[in-house]
Amino acid sequence: MRTFTYDRASDVAAAVAGFAPGTMYLGGGTNLVDLMRLGVAEPERLVDVSKLPLRDVEADGEGLLIGSAVRNADLAAHPLVRERYPMLARAVLTGASGQVRNMATVGGNLLQRTRCSYFQDVTKACNKRSPGSGCPAIEGDHRNLAIFGHSTPQQAPQCVATHPSDMAVALAALDAQVRVAGPEGERVIAMPGLHRLPGTEPDRDTVLRPGELITAVRLPAPPPGASAYRKVRERASFAFALVSVAAALDVSDYGAVQGVRLALGGVAHAPWRARRAEEALLGQQADDDQFRRAADAELAHARPLPGNRYKVALARNLIVAVLRELMPR
Amino acid sequence: MNRIEGRDKVTGRARYAAEYPADGVAYAFPVQSAIARGLIEFIDATAALDMPGVLAVLSSDDPPELSKDAEPELALFQTRRVAYYGQAVAAVVAESLETARAAARRVRIGYLPESHDVRLRPDHPGLYTPEKVNPAYPTVTEHGDLPGGLAGAAVSIDVTYTTPAEHNNPIEPHAAMAVWADDGVTIYDSTQGATSDRDTIAATLGLPRDKVRVIARHVGGGFGCKGTTRPNAILAAIAARAVARPVKVVLTRQQMFPMTGYRTPTIQRLRLGADAEGRLTALAHDVAEQTSTIVEFAEQTATPTRIMYAAPALRTSHQVVRLDVPTPAWMRAPGECPGMFALESAMDELAVAAGIDPVELRVINDPRTEPHSGLPFSSRNLVGCLREGARRFGWDRRDPSPGIRRDGRWLTGTGVASATYPAYRAASQASATKEDGGFVVRIAAADIGTGARTALTEIAAEALDAPAARVRLELGDSSLPRASVAGGSMGTASWGSAIVKACEDLLKNGSEGSGDTTEDVAGNAGFARHAFGAHFAEVRVDLGTGEVRVPRMLGVFAAGRIIDPTLARSQFIGGITMGLGMALMEETVIDAGTGDFLNHDLAQYHVAACADVQDIDAIWLDEEDPHLNPMGSKGIGEIGIVGSAAAIANAVYHATGRRIRDLPITPAKLLS
Repeated sequence: MRTFTYDRASDVAAAVAGFAPGTMYLGGGTNLVDLMRLGVAEPERLVDVSKLPLRDVEADGEGLLIGSAVRNADLAAHPLVRERYPMLARAVLTGASGQVRNMATVGGNLLQRTRCSYFQDVTKACNKRSPGSGCPAIEGDHRNLAIFGHSTPQQAPQCVATHPSDMAVALAALDAQVRVAGPEGERVIAMPGLHRLPGTEPDRDTVLRPGELITAVRLPAPPPGASAYRKVRERASFAFALVSVAAALDVSDYGAVQGVRLALGGVAHAPWRARRAEEALLGQQADDDQFRRAADAELAHARPLPGNRYKVALARNLIVAVLRELMPR
Repeated sequence: MNRIEGRDKVTGRARYAAEYPADGVAYAFPVQSAIARGLIEFIDATAALDMPGVLAVLSSDDPPELSKDAEPELALFQTRRVAYYGQAVAAVVAESLETARAAARRVRIGYLPESHDVRLRPDHPGLYTPEKVNPAYPTVTEHGDLPGGLAGAAVSIDVTYTTPAEHNNPIEPHAAMAVWADDGVTIYDSTQGATSDRDTIAATLGLPRDKVRVIARHVGGGFGCKGTTRPNAILAAIAARAVARPVKVVLTRQQMFPMTGYRTPTIQRLRLGADAEGRLTALAHDVAEQTSTIVEFAEQTATPTRIMYAAPALRTSHQVVRLDVPTPAWMRAPGECPGMFALESAMDELAVAAGIDPVELRVINDPRTEPHSGLPFSSRNLVGCLREGARRFGWDRRDPSPGIRRDGRWLTGTGVASATYPAYRAASQASATKEDGGFVVRIAAADIGTGARTALTEIAAEALDAPAARVRLELGDSSLPRASVAGGSMGTASWGSAIVKACEDLLKNGSEGSGDTTEDVAGNAGFARHAFGAHFAEVRVDLGTGEVRVPRMLGVFAAGRIIDPTLARSQFIGGITMGLGMALMEETVIDAGTGDFLNHDLAQYHVAACADVQDIDAIWLDEEDPHLNPMGSKGIGEIGIVGSAAAIANAVYHATGRRIRDLPITPAKLLS
């Protein structure tokens, strides 16, 4: 059989120091173990980081510090998350199933791979799995794939994959900071900057360097106003987003938008912070017309494929609907 | 009655095929084709055979000995020709499953690919009219003046519906273990029929039937895909013979998609005409569907239209095309399920066009005799189901106008559809003996999770006039008296008939009795026997996002005598739930480029989850039918899925004014 070694790291320094090419960090294993069975991931060595002392959620001033080994279920249930960041709790709870959330970790959730059918099947070409082999999704089935930020024919090898995480979309909207430790020390990456667009290197999902390990996610103080996470899928649970929206809206006493955050899931290779929509809306009257104008400002830049044009209308309608829900009553 | 094996199942003691232990067991893992059509040029197993723990590689380099008459889907490694993507073209046998799986990836196969065609389309030049449709129905039926009936109609519609390929996806994967001894083989298989599985395996291996024994005491679902022998059983047998050890084969979920059958996609044209009062003047149902290049399976999709409604001009027809795809097969209510989606959607469209309530339209057209055959019905209570369902569902308060009811972001609507399923019965045998102060009843029946073991125990207890606790039922073993397959919703009727005979024989003769229903079944002519039902559905549709949710469904059924209310309810509700999945999410996507089924796992192929199921209820009418069998029962395993998707689709129209004629009804379609 194809063998690999399994080690359990005792602390972050040891995990990072032991890194070598062929090593992968193992969190809850809810995605990586599947990919190993399918032959998509073939690590020579797994370092289990799920037992590292990174399992706390604690207040950090007005913000929150979340250890990367915190289980998704525990994160969503944590009183401070529910109280200060209901959008995040909601996003986590819309992901996967209860059993998967009991296993999956914060770090693993961020680093899960795309669920593109072609990527997950080693008998098929895939530029993400094997750069240069081609992207059959562009001519084939791409109904669930990207409408923003995917590579163009000029940026070979092309990729139209989406990032599947719900949690990451909320973290992108919340301006979260991802703390990593690596062979060259520690650094902080601001969301949504952890994930990258495919460009000419679709095999790289994130900006992490070899050996870097996510240790924590820090949330700054929650944005003022109301927030929500809405996810659309044809099955009522246990399905990835066709499109999701994480939104926060702060409306002044005079009805003007004085703060807005918008991030989209299911539309790009990374959680998609809708900055054009945010800019279009800031300072405007908080009403349906302006919400539509803001959504259009973002979606004017969408580049749908023939089989996923519906996502443009869906994203537009969903942005407007969620912002409307967040209006003060 | 609680399920007899319930405790064994929830405590994990119930053994499924892959869970039987055997000394020295080895594992086989299939290698699948990576082209959809062409020839194998070479097979290089060197790297696989070099791996420690690999015992053998089976392939067409050295074809295993099988009968010349083996069914092509089971004739493993007998040819160099590849008929579809994912076909088993070799297999690795190894000491462990992990080794076998890893080695399978190292078997190098060279192909001479040919261009393939996997796309069913209405104008496909390869469409032809098969000699019969599954299992042996006429392909085309026609009576009356169809053009005249359509031309003279006050209202008519001419619409085409399409349904996608769908996969059965039972929770237990296809699995088998083969153990050879004394020139014979015992196969622990996951099958819906130990007798027919044994017969097929024996015929495939070229062995007499008494040299093969199939054991399948517990089966984790099948929905038809375990109704016929699958490659897992044959692979286990030939691999075990090759390495002279017991061998287990457990297909992965991904392997099940090409290797264990699926429901054909369909293209169905419905032409209906009615007079001003809503009486049908013409009804035509023309179907196009697919089969593989190696086996003809022609689904009987238009057959329900032959029995549902009275029409002076009635036409049904089927055409199939041979594509470079796996052979489609039985999936819960083959024929009735996709066919009634189309017919019952068309009836709703006709009701809208005629301005007649859709319940009333069906009542107006209820026939007195079976429209196609002219035979009297043994019993037919479709109208009773429609009326009782309408009463309980609150149908009389329904405003037929589409797209006018709003609840927040949701548009709401309701829909109705009829259901039907034939009341089949097949010959079976059973024995009954007095043992240990009680009774033992033996029959090679299958309990695939339906509760058959429990229902048959109740039937035996009633026939013996003894408490069920004193009756022990043995099933799931081909060494027991031969029995028909758990399919066609005929298990309880077929097996129960034999059991009642055996029990009556025992009561007459003292300590032993046997029953054989071959002659009873042969004398079944004279009546049209069908169960009927009516589905009512309420939906909520957000047209901004395309989400569809189903807050309420009700199924009302007339299916003869209900043997066990708890088990029956679970069958009905299960069928309705599967119909919900068919309506809103189930679809196997075929990749034109490779010819492969793309979404071949349960994360990508969506079946309804608990969150999709809100308030689903099923009830039944008391129906006495003396023309069926000693129990007076009709089958209940499939009728729940028949028509339920149409009820939802009709409700989506009522909610939104949008008629989606292509299943499933997804956000993408509602947003386009």
